[in-house]
Amino acid sequence: MKIAQKSIKFLTIVAIALFSMSGYAVDSDKNQHSQKDGGQVNTKKEVEEYILHHIKDSHDFSLFSYTNDAGERKHLGFPLPVILWSSEGLVTFMSSEFHHNDDGHVIVEKDGLKFAKIHSKIYELDSDAATVALDDTDHPTNAHKVLDFSITKSAFGLILIGLLMLLWFSKLARQYKTRKVPTGFGRILEPLVLYVRDEIARPNIGEKHYRRFTGYLLTVFFFIWILNLAGLTPLGFNVTGQLAVTACLAIFTLVIYTLSGTKGYWMHMIWMPGVPVLIRPVLAIIELAGALVIKPFSLLVRLFANISAGHIVVMSLIAIMFTLQESLGVVGATGLSLLLSFFITLIEVLVAFLQAYIFTMLSALFIGMAVDDHEHH
Amino acid sequence: MYNLIGAGLIVIGAGIGLGQIGGKAMEGIARQPEATGKIQTAMIIIAALLEGLAFGALFLGK
Repeated sequence: MKIAQKSIKFLTIVAIALFSMSGYAVDSDKNQHSQKDGGQVNTKKEVEEYILHHIKDSHDFSLFSYTNDAGERKHLGFPLPVILWSSEGLVTFMSSEFHHNDDGHVIVEKDGLKFAKIHSKIYELDSDAATVALDDTDHPTNAHKVLDFSITKSAFGLILIGLLMLLWFSKLARQYKTRKVPTGFGRILEPLVLYVRDEIARPNIGEKHYRRFTGYLLTVFFFIWILNLAGLTPLGFNVTGQLAVTACLAIFTLVIYTLSGTKGYWMHMIWMPGVPVLIRPVLAIIELAGALVIKPFSLLVRLFANISAGHIVVMSLIAIMFTLQESLGVVGATGLSLLLSFFITLIEVLVAFLQAYIFTMLSALFIGMAVDDHEHH
Repeated sequence: MYNLIGAGLIVIGAGIGLGQIGGKAMEGIARQPEATGKIQTAMIIIAALLEGLAFGALFLGK
């Protein structure tokens, strides 16, 4: 009975969330853009544009869009706030004011300043300019970039998953006050928490120090894993496929293992004992570059490239439906696309876990190297 | 054009490397099934390092 009540509550929230989305219709020139080749839709180009657009971050949260019978482009989704630090201070408005335009044709006027969005970047127009002038490489000549603190789609995903994690894990932690075995969703989370502690943190960092770092490793593991999985849902998040996000995570790891490094760790890095003196400076350069640049760089690129590549592959396989429609027929192309994208999605579910595991594992390994007492020398 | 050839070379190299890692790990596991856990962990770490190198090269060459 209680479960039924809970699920009704949950479904109601989902329904409210779905219905409160404003399906807003705007005539964008994007469909004219893709129909340049004699009125025919250039499918391949459109697919490519769509995939690239998905990989990048965007200022509004659009679930899907279509062109209706009247030739209008309809978008379903909801707008997100745009927060800018312009030449005259803070400016905020909703992203719906750009009307899904992405090539600078729609100009938003706020507080006497003019803004245009070109390729997912927002520019502030010079005061005397009325329209955006683009040069050959599609960069505006009479506008300049502003500091963009907008809640973009990725930032929205970050906040959403962050709040969900806070909810789940604080609930799990509270349960241990009154009982030994957690109930409900906590039963799924508990073995994973223990897995990260006992299989990743403890063997790699060592019995003596692992407790200090388990909190960070758990946070990073669940953060990456849940965001990777969120990227596989039709919501279309690509948060862990953003360089900024993975770079930030890598920098966290870098700061932690750099600051917690023992004297022995730094000695081994800067003045390696046991090797000829002339080789020591050379080794120091290599070791320092490895610890401060290569380790975090490989962490950030691995996660970014894996997730982005996964998204591109899934979307390309879904696009087979349209690109091979002529040669295979509607049923054949759809069947092939469905089969391939189904199996690649299964692999992606595995990759989502594996990447979170590897990031956590390597972080633990690097921290373990830094806090190791080097007593065996 | 050249970066595409480079990308192909990177992928060939990474493929050979991953094959070696996986194959040797499996040989090891077959010889000593009780060490499966340790071998798997080491295998995944080395594979991840290799993958990081390959992705780094692909990313820089793009």
